[in-house]
Amino acid sequence: MILVPCPHCGPRNASEFRYLGEERARPDPVAATPPEWRQYLYRRTNPAGWTTETWHHSSGCRAFLTVERHTVTNEIRSCTVAGAHT
Amino acid sequence: MTGTSFRLEDRPLRNAAPPNPGRRLDPRPGEVIDRSAPLSFTWNGRPAQGFEGDTIVSALAASGVRVFSRSLKYHRPRGLLTASFHDPGCLVQVDDEPNVRGAHRRVEAGMRVSAQNAWPSLRFDVKAANQLVGRFLGPGFYYKTFIAPERLWPAYESVLKRFAAGGRASAEPSHDSYDKRYAHVDVLVAGGGPAGMAAAVAAAAVGASVMLVEEEYELGGHLRWGGKRELDLLAEQRAAVDASPGIEVLTNSVVTARYDDNWMAVLQRSVFPGVRERLVKARATTVVVAAGLIERPYVFAGNDLPGVMLSTAARRLVNLWAVKPGTRAVVFSANAEGDAAAADLEDAGVEITRLVDARRGENIVRALAARHGAARRTGLSAVELGDGSIVECDLLVTAIGWTAPTSLLNMAGDRPVYDPTAARFRPGDGLPDSVFVTGGLLGDGTVDELVAHGSDVGRAAAARSDARSVRQDRSDRAAGADDDAGPARPAPLPVVPHPALFRSTTHGIVDYSEDVSSKDLIGAAHEGYESVELLKRFTTVTMGSAQGKLETVNAVAVLAEATGRTIGETGTTVWRPPYAPMSLGALAGRQFEPVRRSPMQGWHEAHGARPLVAGAWIRPDHYGDPEAEVRNVRTNVGIIDVTPLGKLDLRGPDVPLLLNLLYVNKWSKLAEGAVRYGVMCGDDGVVFDDGVTGHLGPDHYVMSTTSSGAEAVLNLVEHVLATDHPEWRIHVTPVVGDYASINVAGPDSRALLGRLAPELDLSPGAFAYMQVRSATIAGVTGCFTWRIGFTGELSYELHVPADRGLHVWEALLDTGRDLGCAPFGVEAQRIMRLEKGHLIVGQDSDGLTSAYAAGLDWLVKPDKTDFLGKPELAWVAERGGPTAQLVGLQPVDGTLVPPEGCQLVEGTTIVGRITSSRMSPTLGRSIGLGYVDRRLASAGTVVSVRLPDGTETPVTVMADLAHFDPEGRRLRA
Repeated sequence: MILVPCPHCGPRNASEFRYLGEERARPDPVAATPPEWRQYLYRRTNPAGWTTETWHHSSGCRAFLTVERHTVTNEIRSCTVAGAHT
Repeated sequence: MTGTSFRLEDRPLRNAAPPNPGRRLDPRPGEVIDRSAPLSFTWNGRPAQGFEGDTIVSALAASGVRVFSRSLKYHRPRGLLTASFHDPGCLVQVDDEPNVRGAHRRVEAGMRVSAQNAWPSLRFDVKAANQLVGRFLGPGFYYKTFIAPERLWPAYESVLKRFAAGGRASAEPSHDSYDKRYAHVDVLVAGGGPAGMAAAVAAAAVGASVMLVEEEYELGGHLRWGGKRELDLLAEQRAAVDASPGIEVLTNSVVTARYDDNWMAVLQRSVFPGVRERLVKARATTVVVAAGLIERPYVFAGNDLPGVMLSTAARRLVNLWAVKPGTRAVVFSANAEGDAAAADLEDAGVEITRLVDARRGENIVRALAARHGAARRTGLSAVELGDGSIVECDLLVTAIGWTAPTSLLNMAGDRPVYDPTAARFRPGDGLPDSVFVTGGLLGDGTVDELVAHGSDVGRAAAARSDARSVRQDRSDRAAGADDDAGPARPAPLPVVPHPALFRSTTHGIVDYSEDVSSKDLIGAAHEGYESVELLKRFTTVTMGSAQGKLETVNAVAVLAEATGRTIGETGTTVWRPPYAPMSLGALAGRQFEPVRRSPMQGWHEAHGARPLVAGAWIRPDHYGDPEAEVRNVRTNVGIIDVTPLGKLDLRGPDVPLLLNLLYVNKWSKLAEGAVRYGVMCGDDGVVFDDGVTGHLGPDHYVMSTTSSGAEAVLNLVEHVLATDHPEWRIHVTPVVGDYASINVAGPDSRALLGRLAPELDLSPGAFAYMQVRSATIAGVTGCFTWRIGFTGELSYELHVPADRGLHVWEALLDTGRDLGCAPFGVEAQRIMRLEKGHLIVGQDSDGLTSAYAAGLDWLVKPDKTDFLGKPELAWVAERGGPTAQLVGLQPVDGTLVPPEGCQLVEGTTIVGRITSSRMSPTLGRSIGLGYVDRRLASAGTVVSVRLPDGTETPVTVMADLAHFDPEGRRLRA
């Protein structure tokens, strides 16, 4: 089980977290075309390499975290609180 | 005499071991038995003796037993091979526990031990006839023979099952329990031999917390069965371990898996009486793998005859348990361990009739079975040597090389590399820098060199652990690579040249557990199974109880030979968790499943409520008669415990913005004191949750959710506030556990509540449907109540501070006795909401149900600038609506309740399904909800339901979802 270095709590077991998948921007709901919207809903790049994803420390500090993780080695090179205010 | 070819001695009763006390030697310096503590047990029903410290098999071997099981396929007699945990021929049944490792498990007084895989007895096994037809039972035999016709599969299965190996699993629950533990250590050392002990002591000396895990019952590894030098060193090292307070020693335990970031699975066996196994989940900053070496068997004809064993087995029997393994021995040796075994045997009074030295090019060709006497067909009588001579003996000891158990290294990402000099696979260079290797697994050396290397590695592991902890404590803990992660890895141990010996000129068993011979492997290779991974799956080689520890390298060597490749080119199979077998009990551990109970649950149970497990909650399903509960609510008044409803306390000026985003309907103008029903969708337009939200006071709202959706809605709200709209001034608090919630429903609910909340004006004008009021109820302040109607009746949902919940519940029943107030359960509520046509998210909707399909068109407000799922819902509307529609359904035969999940059909085409169905006590007929294709959704259409028995019955599509009071006069009363 990988360790996620929560900025608030320190390294914690991944089982304390909820995995929300690759970070993705929500398109403008008025302007978006159906293909754009469905790209946002369903398409993931799923790289064999570095990916930026959202984790929720649901059994910890409940922060939403932006995590840069290597999908092959599981190395995490950055983990910051998601959203603008920190 | 029976007149058959089976003689009297083969009969079951003669199965028991003849007493042969002469096999126990005089005390040995390193023995682990306590001769002052004899104990008795039974073997196949006959009394047997041993000493404290004996394994089951050593005790039996000491009394002359040579055959412990029959092999899997050919039911060949099997004896001792390794005298260790992985001994493939020594699986036995102990009391109700099957597949016990008899060469590892210590014998206990009163144990009832019996042989497995033998019928009717160990000596005379009818399935041994498989040996005679062995040439038909090659690899793939079962796959190829029993494939057709398919209708005979059950018959095949019932016959083949009797040929399966293994003991008898008890149908009774186990009396023992299984445990789980979490541990956090700086350094975990896997293997308690000389290098492992040295690593642990060195790491602890610089302050690291260490867990030292040893598979056997004592620390020491191969020092334990060595000579004086080894025993002196062992004593010294054990004293050093004992003197290190930072070391926790786990014996009879095995590190069975390594996962990401050194998440280690350690299986602890026989933890203490009553706890059979414990799984320790240890997070280790660094890991030292000091697993040693496993001796590899030699492949030659007759290599599985009882009396043929490995040099380590002979040395262990002599030196640990003081058992004389035979009387006349041939020793085939390619290394110092073999020579030491010969010396030990001689010392034990075994006559060494020949030392066959592989280093001089000598070889053994086949082991010959006894033709007569007590060992007839079941034991070794002679060995044919490479020069053609035949030497009589009852013990053949082989020492032809080693297998490096690289399992944990594999799991850490390393791939072992074949080293032709050492004639074994060795660790590669793919290890993460938090995993270290030392000892025989890494290379060769004297015990002193192994100890020195172990110390160096232990210090390095401790330093690396220290560096990693420091880095993790710094604010940039996630940023750096391991450049500051401590000293370099100590240089690896060298290797000494070793003869490459795998198979003699004859064919023999490669996989003892699965009965796979070298001939089988070569045949399979010629059939095209030339990849080692395919060969493994086709022949099942390495898939038995030893899991490749003994046989993998021989299998690879035989495959290499068959395909004309080198061993390095052939490669090896990947070792995966678990390294050693573990029970399902250990994986499950002790049950730890948190259960939530409302403050009134004890009352429910005391009043005959049938419990219903609903997610984490235990709820009252009903109190005996749900239909009577329905009638009471419809005519008088009832109360139901709805505490599990999700509740979020929302405060702040921007709450309406949040509500507008989450719900498909409009929220900007929800007045203080008002409540509104809302539905949430995902951004895919699929219904996600529903509930009411009330505007309690200035900038103060309470949102209710479904019970099962409470967690998901909280997560969603927090996600929106944390990431998308951090600028919104909103504070959210989950308050499910803070309130006990009681729904008071029925025509007399107003009268009842009026008695308990005299200060509250309950008149329809003052407190209308879909309004909320703060209140003092039954003397309890801090309550609020909203008028909603899931059941379709006039009803007030009371939310009471949790610690006063039971008081208010009892007050309602006491005060309402003359009104007929009675509790009702979840089932009655479900019937009433179905009568009223209220959907339950997750029951009347699924992962594809859009808000339009669920009949919520009236709620969706596409003119809002934004809400979750808006674009998708807009496109559904543009296309003219959903393809299927939620409708009310009534079977034409009102006595029939089609089960939920039944499909609606038109001929052979599925046109819908039933999502909810019940008998309605109010209407006296069956009712339902379901989805039908849009073209069939108009009122009065009759469609067919396919029932589970295959018959069909007509149901009518209704005009309304509500079967009862569609105008809602009752709940607005």
